[in-house]
Amino acid sequence: MSKHDSELAHQFEDMAQQKEAATLGMWAFLITEVLFFGGLFTAYIVFRTEFPAAFASASHHLDVVMGGINTGVLLGSSLTMALAVHAAQEGNRKSTLAFMTFTLVLGLTFLIIKGFEYQHKFADNLFPGANFVSHGAEPGHEQLFFVLYFMMTGVHAAHMIVGILLLLIIMGMTAKGKFTATYHSPVENFGLYWHFVDIVWIFLYPLLYLIDVTGRAQ
Amino acid sequence: MTTLNEPLYRDDYLNAGYGVKSWFLTLDHKRIAILYLISITFFFFIGGFFAVMLRLELMTPQGDIVTAETYNKLFTMHGIAMIFFFLIPSIPAVLGNFFVPMMIGARDLAFPRLNLFSWYLYNVGGLFTLYTMVTGGIDTGWTFYAPYSSSYTLSDPVPVVVGVFILGFSSILTGINFLVTIHKMRAPGLTWFRLPLFIWASYATSVIQVLGTPVVAIALVLLGFERLTGVGIFDPKLDGDPILFQHLFWFYSHPAVYIMILPSMGVVSEVVTCFARKRIFGYKFMAFAIMGIAVLGFLVWGHHMFISGQSIYAGLVFSALSFLVAIPSAIKVFNWTATLYKGQIEFRTPILYAFGFIGLFTIGGLTGLFLASLATDVHLTDTYFVVAHFHYIMVGGAVMGYLAGIHYWWPKMTGRMYHEGWAKFSALILFVGFNLTFFPQFILGFMGMPRRYYVYPPEYQVLNVMSTAGASILGLGYLIPMIYLLWSLRKPKTAGANPWNSTGLEWTTPSPPLPHNFDEVPEVTHEPYIYEGGSHPHAVPVSDHEAAHE
Amino acid sequence: MIVPKKIYYRVALALLVLFILTIAVAFVHLGPFNVYIAVTIAVIKATLVVLYFMHVRYHTRLTWIFASAGFLWLIILFVLTLADYATRS
Repeated sequence: MSKHDSELAHQFEDMAQQKEAATLGMWAFLITEVLFFGGLFTAYIVFRTEFPAAFASASHHLDVVMGGINTGVLLGSSLTMALAVHAAQEGNRKSTLAFMTFTLVLGLTFLIIKGFEYQHKFADNLFPGANFVSHGAEPGHEQLFFVLYFMMTGVHAAHMIVGILLLLIIMGMTAKGKFTATYHSPVENFGLYWHFVDIVWIFLYPLLYLIDVTGRAQ
Repeated sequence: MTTLNEPLYRDDYLNAGYGVKSWFLTLDHKRIAILYLISITFFFFIGGFFAVMLRLELMTPQGDIVTAETYNKLFTMHGIAMIFFFLIPSIPAVLGNFFVPMMIGARDLAFPRLNLFSWYLYNVGGLFTLYTMVTGGIDTGWTFYAPYSSSYTLSDPVPVVVGVFILGFSSILTGINFLVTIHKMRAPGLTWFRLPLFIWASYATSVIQVLGTPVVAIALVLLGFERLTGVGIFDPKLDGDPILFQHLFWFYSHPAVYIMILPSMGVVSEVVTCFARKRIFGYKFMAFAIMGIAVLGFLVWGHHMFISGQSIYAGLVFSALSFLVAIPSAIKVFNWTATLYKGQIEFRTPILYAFGFIGLFTIGGLTGLFLASLATDVHLTDTYFVVAHFHYIMVGGAVMGYLAGIHYWWPKMTGRMYHEGWAKFSALILFVGFNLTFFPQFILGFMGMPRRYYVYPPEYQVLNVMSTAGASILGLGYLIPMIYLLWSLRKPKTAGANPWNSTGLEWTTPSPPLPHNFDEVPEVTHEPYIYEGGSHPHAVPVSDHEAAHE
Repeated sequence: MIVPKKIYYRVALALLVLFILTIAVAFVHLGPFNVYIAVTIAVIKATLVVLYFMHVRYHTRLTWIFASAGFLWLIILFVLTLADYATRS
């Protein structure tokens, strides 16, 4: 026991209790995240059912390939993160760090691709506001699509940025040897967060990019 | 465990450390509770100040002391201060913070740093709101309805929206902390059905905070976006949908009413059983009822939107579901009454407030049924009937419960007793003042006086003057406890560990408690509230115990 | 407990297949069914991530309840909001 005493906060009885509390706390936090994004998804459902044609024509401005690559990138990062947690559970510091580095690179790749996408949208005057230009039949409703596009992907990207910062901290802690096969809650809980952010994208990609793909004028 | 080596005198949580740092960087849930107590009291009196201005203006039918614009700002800021900055954090962040760990036999909440962080978030949110209050105010109503708040108002709602957004996360963090603490840190033997009802209430409240708050947070983000960019989301003129805002807003803000009232119900359950010297009647029903209210509360938000343009069929569903909330609420009122029946009631201050709660909450709840009915709501919406109804719930219910709790646990929190005579007197004054303030408003509303106007036809004046007179008595009723409670701090800590002879674990610790609450983790072997029958070691009347103590 | 690596690779493979399926189906014109299929596949993918990557399958019932609660309340938000929009006259 004495080995873990420094890791055991005074309010807990033992390491098991502390770990269970940390995991449960993370899940409770993720519930709030589900509902935070949930408000945006509600708005999306309401407006898409109200203006299906405008959403289809606005969605045609999005880049299916870039979005698709990003979906793959995030999927890969989820796998590497799961493997990092696996390595941490085994107490293998080296491969924990290696898999976290993969995760970090994939996360940054996602953000860079996303950045290029945003840049294109700005260049095409598709950011909502005074400069918004749409060539569709219902410009107002198409703008609404882009409000939701930027809001949903923006909040998602903000979560990615926070995730990358957290990942750097966790990597630093791993490198310093803070985690062992018995104590690695922060790694596991960060993994939960990362997978959650991936899940959001799993929904965002088909809902935003893949509306009426067959109707696109290629 | 006491050993010979330990000094006889031991530091309690209040004098375990001195200096500003020992408070502002504390991780002790009890000190954080005190910090919260100071913060929310500050906002309570700010909100109270606005209420005084409102009632003064409404003494006469014409505008006297403020303009229409100022009046709009006054009722808006009254609502924001009272709802977001006082009522929602009141019992959870003060009494819950202090007593949830103590009542389950834990040394602290699961995440003490998060707890302190949530207090800082509260204050940052508060600063944003104060900034607006002193630099011109906001006139959108506490509900921030779009498109008025996004496109039309001349005041600037953005700082307040940011403030409430930040505050929301403070509330969420408290909720997460309580959920995990109650799940994972109960003392050995403390099974779910041995938990005090205040813990059940805190649990149910946390569920609402965690599940509801994020939705209003994102609604406020969208509102701020629309306000700042002029791009339509909610404004129909800009191709937006105003009713969508109301859905997202009330998905949280209706359950938020239960964030305010459920903890009070928990407090009242503790107080009623203690001072009636009887087991609580129907313990399991009480626990299920509180969880039932928390869950049903999420299914009824549309009753705020009957005249908004919402579908009439959805209105029917929301109306029917709203009636369901009456069932668990009634179970609670009946069970408190049944607990009091044939009890050996000790008429001490906490139970006087609890009586106030039971009576006023019942009136508030029953008038809620008028508003849950589609047809009567069309007549009563946006009249003073609504104002009276929710003040009966929030002031008559939530605040009375809060004061019951403060008076019940004050000796534990501070180690001091307050002046019983003054305390009883102010409980009485509050009850009288409250009813005189708000009962006339039911009649005014029924007669058709709309809310949120600073002028009104002369035939409403008599009832309005009554209401203002009542408000002045009510105000006095809030000032007196401030004085005698603060005054009690000058006295020595002689309250004793268990002045009311209560059964909860929090009363097994010294008053004020030690920094880590318990020297040894207590073990629980029985249900809560064993007050009668003599089998319990403390099963003696309150007064006997007190006499023995002095 | 430690989940074998093999399972992670299998789940990732399944996710990849479902991802390709999502794109393939999107290029077939099915009218309104496109979105239903896309969302169904997304739900399956999310479930796989929750169950295996997030270890809910191997956790206590309490974690199950917490994980489900968020999605259950999301459905409440969707259903009751749409109950309004779908029945406007």
